[in-house]
Amino acid sequence: MAKIIVVTSGKGGVGKTTTSAAFSTALAMKGHKTVVIDFDVGLRNLDLVMGCERRVVYDFVNVVQGEASLKQALIKDKRLPNLFVLPASQTRDKDALNPEGVEKVLNELSADFDYIVCDSPAGIEHGAHMALYYAEEAIIVTNPEVSSVRDSDRIIGILQSKSRLAEQGKSVKEHLLLTRYNPERVERGEMLSVQDVEEILAIPLLGVIPESEAVLKASNQGVPVVHDAESDAGQAYDDAVARYLGEDRPHRFLEKQKKGFLKRVFGG
Amino acid sequence: MSLMDYFRKEQKSSASVAKERLQILVAHDRLRNNGPEYLPQLQQEILAVIRKYVAIGEDDVSVHLEQQGTTSVLELNVTLPDRK
Repeated sequence: MAKIIVVTSGKGGVGKTTTSAAFSTALAMKGHKTVVIDFDVGLRNLDLVMGCERRVVYDFVNVVQGEASLKQALIKDKRLPNLFVLPASQTRDKDALNPEGVEKVLNELSADFDYIVCDSPAGIEHGAHMALYYAEEAIIVTNPEVSSVRDSDRIIGILQSKSRLAEQGKSVKEHLLLTRYNPERVERGEMLSVQDVEEILAIPLLGVIPESEAVLKASNQGVPVVHDAESDAGQAYDDAVARYLGEDRPHRFLEKQKKGFLKRVFGG
Repeated sequence: MSLMDYFRKEQKSSASVAKERLQILVAHDRLRNNGPEYLPQLQQEILAVIRKYVAIGEDDVSVHLEQQGTTSVLELNVTLPDRK
């Protein structure tokens, strides 16, 4: 039985797709058979970030509507043998997914995989609802910025009332992932701190991803940022996934980088 | 910058303003989105009753419902204007 994880945020542009790609890649790197599904019907982008956009033949909607088999639609990652991508449709409208169809696909995948990562579209409409409805765990991607924090709180409320587990009187396990964090600006009092966001949202912190040049570089190249093991963001995602799997790793990148003596002398 | 600036009260950072605004907003949103549906109307009706006797503003009545274990606590706060 696979664990179903939704990556959601309410607000757009905070890093859901980057996180879905990095998270699923790191799970696969750590030996777990993982599939990542793009729920953003009409605006598919996960395939681009994963670097498999030219291999899309069939998509999630085709499978839900019975026009293709899962086997035909799943794209095998070119780097990791135990990682698969199920892309969204680019042409259909966002109401093309229905709860019964999605459930059938998830059940079929569940027999074969350890983790199913659902990349939610922005908003709180049908597509976002489909992505979170069957989830057992949720990664709430939040930027340290007012509108993102407010929308995250809204999506947490929806998880607690409209998900299948909530309807059964149980609860979805929530994890806070703070992205685009800038410790320098936090120190200057220009940005909400990790503690501020934790206090407002009141859900357990899974990780903090620093604002990083590596993220744009990774999406430019279609290589999820965890493959860039040298980068701060790559390491932060790796830490978050290790923590998710139960490892005890301290939080890093929360403080301003102190320049070493040589750097101060020679610059850089 | 004049010397006096050093003695003036320290300006609040924008991050702490953001935090305060969010805390108020989120409490408000949670009540509206997750609370029982009758709550906003309850608040309006209480406001109307009090207004029969005292002139108060829209924001002077706050209704909060808090869940504490198995019991719910309905908290009503009314700010009355200063007596002249």
